[in-house]
Amino acid sequence: MSSTETNAKKQNRFTLRTVKRAQLPKNKVAMLRLAALLMALLAGAVFIMIIGSNPFAVYKTMVEGALRSKLAIYGTIKIMIPLLITSLGITLAFKMKFWNVGGEGQIIMGALFASYFGIFHGDWPHAVLIPVMFLAGMLGGGLTGLLPAYFKAKYNTNETLFTLMLNYIALNLVIFLREGPWADPTSPGYKKFALFTENGRLDKVFGVHAGWIIALVLLILTFIYLKYTKHGYEIDVVGESTATAGYAGMNVKKIILRTMFISGAICGIAGMIEVSGNAGTMSEGVTRGVGFTAIIVAWLAGLKPWSIFIISALFSIMEKGSSVVESTFGLSAACADVLQGIILFFVIGCEFFIRFKVTISKKGGTN
Amino acid sequence: MKKKVLSLALTFALAVSMLAGCGTKEEKNAEPAATETTAKKGTMPAIKKEDLKIGVIHITDPAEGSGYTYTHDLGIQGMQKNIGLEDSQIIRKNNTSDQDAVAIQTAIEECIEQGCNVIFATSWGYMDTVEAMAKEYPDVIFSHGTGYKCNGKNFNNYFGRIYQARYLSGIAAGMKTTTNKIGYVAAMDKQNSEVTGGLDAFAMGIYSVNPDAKVYVKVTNSWFDPEAEASAAEALIAQGCDVIGQHCDTSNPMTAAQAAGVYGVGYNSDMSKDAPNAVLTSTMWDWSAYYTAAVQQIIDGTWDATNYFGGMKEGLVKIAPLSNLCVDGTKEKIEEVQNKILSGEWDVFTGVIETNDGKTVGEEGKSLDDATITGGINWYFKNVVEP
Repeated sequence: MSSTETNAKKQNRFTLRTVKRAQLPKNKVAMLRLAALLMALLAGAVFIMIIGSNPFAVYKTMVEGALRSKLAIYGTIKIMIPLLITSLGITLAFKMKFWNVGGEGQIIMGALFASYFGIFHGDWPHAVLIPVMFLAGMLGGGLTGLLPAYFKAKYNTNETLFTLMLNYIALNLVIFLREGPWADPTSPGYKKFALFTENGRLDKVFGVHAGWIIALVLLILTFIYLKYTKHGYEIDVVGESTATAGYAGMNVKKIILRTMFISGAICGIAGMIEVSGNAGTMSEGVTRGVGFTAIIVAWLAGLKPWSIFIISALFSIMEKGSSVVESTFGLSAACADVLQGIILFFVIGCEFFIRFKVTISKKGGTN
Repeated sequence: MKKKVLSLALTFALAVSMLAGCGTKEEKNAEPAATETTAKKGTMPAIKKEDLKIGVIHITDPAEGSGYTYTHDLGIQGMQKNIGLEDSQIIRKNNTSDQDAVAIQTAIEECIEQGCNVIFATSWGYMDTVEAMAKEYPDVIFSHGTGYKCNGKNFNNYFGRIYQARYLSGIAAGMKTTTNKIGYVAAMDKQNSEVTGGLDAFAMGIYSVNPDAKVYVKVTNSWFDPEAEASAAEALIAQGCDVIGQHCDTSNPMTAAQAAGVYGVGYNSDMSKDAPNAVLTSTMWDWSAYYTAAVQQIIDGTWDATNYFGGMKEGLVKIAPLSNLCVDGTKEKIEEVQNKILSGEWDVFTGVIETNDGKTVGEEGKSLDDATITGGINWYFKNVVEP
């Protein structure tokens, strides 16, 4: 339970407290969410009018831009695939109250491990290369997740800082490899990774690379894993209290290590899919910030797999739509970001008020 | 439990390998820089003017107001005016990172989704992705700027002889310097033929009027890095350089020169608007020359996916009007050389050229061919001092 204090008046001291709410009735929650959405759209509309566009046209284009045609939907799905997978990955860690903010680094390392085979073994047969890249991606992400878990389990280091810092190490490793050891020999003077051969590219299924199938399979597996397996139960207990878990005879260290490996491995899969299915090569911008966006998605979804599916779909529609809005209305990228920010501000704010209430109480003389 | 995890992993592997069905597709090799547009018959069907929809992929935002993207967009606007297209027939995708293949792909797909049948991708780093997209969307015309690949059907490259303008601006710089030290902020290192060839032309222009002057180079390793460009210029000025040339996107080297009380030669657009007390002249692109020609060919059905490599004669490159900071006689000297270039009597990379490591390049009475100029200049001219 958290509480903040402000001195409203010098003599008459009031305290502003945030108190965790009892469960609100469902219709009230729905009302709150609807109100937040309306307010977000309204505030966004004011911003759009200030920059001289028509808010109705902009909102319409945003939704249409994400869904109006086959190509548009494909684009939205391609944004959604890594977001959904990464959100599932970090959910495992978050359930355990292990604050894995290293999704970025785990995606990058998964992508990098997979890219090793894509770049240097592009002549392997397709049916061998893809599974190898897939496993390499899992391993890369998994090991990157395992490292902070090991130090947490052994020395009780702060996992938030540790995973965050690993993001930058991973990113700079990519730059290092691009600048020298892995640089495309056919492109002197402009350092980049070579394109994968066709053998290293994920196949397309119904117009979009097969990453969407992997994402759906992972969604179902994560749901089952968390809800119906002993591992899932252990994660819950460790998340509630490591002491309880220890008292119940669980091997807490082992659970932390195992869960973080899986969490990282799932993020690594997202990285593998991005390089093999989407980009066709490794690049510095491989994550596009998904590792951080996934934290918002997972949290907004209350760490529930099915909700993650819905929230990541909504996020992807918003992102894809914003991009279409940008070029249709000639807005700068910053404008689209502000608009997204406004919408997020209200939506996240609303979740806060659903979970907590703010009370003002006058303090007595016992102070 | 361990078995369970293992079996899960194996199931995945199996699922993935089952998807991995199709065999290898034959890869088409890019032809090396073909240059002259000779064929009259196009490789793509003509598109009526009112049916045209043009997507433009920019690396930054034209609103930057002075550099590379601004200049390309001026070219697009010029083409729009020359051809007479509606605003709605042009879609711009700004801030498309050249380091992110997915971003490039997404930008292009969004253009196509919005009905574009012609794509102009303006930055070097888009090349491979554009090549791949051209294969995926054979009905769309792709034209990529500043690279060298083409596929002979729906994908070509456009670029130009900016080195001609750089040579001329080198004359202005060589005549101006009093310390005989001239700085050059280069986006990429010696291995990049585009940057290195331009730098060599600049240095050769300097040498033609001032054999004692040396050219000092600083490399930023980025096409667009405002801070690094400014600090490179500052470092060069600290070394004693009193004229700064540049091959990078922003006008920061020019404003740094102005702040230090020295002079400069701008690039892309006329940078005297950014640093009026420093800029002698600027080497400039007029991309509308290409964009207009290309779109007209597309309308006429004569566009044929060969690479375009225009120069001063085509109006694609030029230098900005000389400012009154130039020393007397600069104008006459530049005009004399410019006339030789325009008439085709002489070009920059002609004859035997001495490099700064004591070797020579080229043969007497011959010019370097275009493939060498676009892809094979990896040496510095003899008066260049390497970082």
